[in-house]
Amino acid sequence: MSMGLLRLLRGNKASAPVARERLQILLAHERGLRGQPDLLGVLREEILAVVSRHVTLDPTKVIVRLERGDEVSTLEVDIEVPNDFERKKAAVA
Amino acid sequence: MSKVLVVTSGKGGVGKTTTTAALGAALAQRGDKVVVVDFDVGLRNLDLVMGAERRVVFDLINVVQGVAKLPQALIKDKRLENLWLLPASQTRDKDALTEEGVGKVIDDLRSRFDWVICDSPAGIERGASMAMRFADEAVIVTNPEVSSVRDSDRIIGMLDSKTVRAEKGERVEKHILITRYDPSRAARGEMLTIEDILEILATPLLGIIPESQDVLKASNVGTPVTLSNADGAPARAYIDAARRLCGDTVPMQVPTERKGFMDRLLRRRAA
Repeated sequence: MSMGLLRLLRGNKASAPVARERLQILLAHERGLRGQPDLLGVLREEILAVVSRHVTLDPTKVIVRLERGDEVSTLEVDIEVPNDFERKKAAVA
Repeated sequence: MSKVLVVTSGKGGVGKTTTTAALGAALAQRGDKVVVVDFDVGLRNLDLVMGAERRVVFDLINVVQGVAKLPQALIKDKRLENLWLLPASQTRDKDALTEEGVGKVIDDLRSRFDWVICDSPAGIERGASMAMRFADEAVIVTNPEVSSVRDSDRIIGMLDSKTVRAEKGERVEKHILITRYDPSRAARGEMLTIEDILEILATPLLGIIPESQDVLKASNVGTPVTLSNADGAPARAYIDAARRLCGDTVPMQVPTERKGFMDRLLRRRAA
């Protein structure tokens, strides 16, 4: 009896194919990045530089998240801006 | 013609030191003159696996720094006539491994031995990069497990870019050695298959070492597994791998379950 059929009868799923697929996706990505600058790091720094030109930022209140998908990836930058920001700006003007 | 071979992996605990000792002993048994060199500065263990831990006087760093001459630091194996060990230092000055110093020692070793086998530390730091720096060939020890395969891929990238050969536009000949292969788990689809690993890493296979009690027993007594139980499955797999390194054509044995009917029955009951 083939192992595949045995598995089917026992009803448990093989985890090895999942491992293979995850590795293939991850390594395709990592090989592409090898020798390149860290994109996430660069984006984070440049976005923060732009924002801090206008607002005083607390670096601990900045959260950057990355979610890599098959088709698209999302970069989420969560910056906490103090509430007195608008008032201060008006005062300067 | 002498060859420098690095045994590397990226990930720790996959069997680099076991492999270095086993391949070194197997090659020496064929009649080649072999030295195994421990690059794991601060965490040396090759001396222990080789059973020479009480005979270490000088080490690689002493030789690099000129404190000792190479022949003073080399430890001759008590079992095999043409097997030697150059241990690592147990003190923590990893920075003492300068490229120039290591290069000189490797050149000197090349002139004395047929095989210079460098046991790399885990990771991708200085010790690991120095171990591979002057290599002609590399054995990448990989377990059938995602983190090990990922780290092997990273190491392959380093072998292709950060070695002297790579910088000269030549290539380091790379081989994958799969260790801790468990046929019963493979049969149940719980372990990456050999085909999966080779396809992902796009590197030829040197051998498959089955998971076995022999390996732990060998390190317990400080004997390379190819000598402690030469008829055991891991020893035979290592001896075949050593023959392939020498250019012999040896059919690849994929370890299979050697379970009889009663074993199966008992295991079912137990489960």
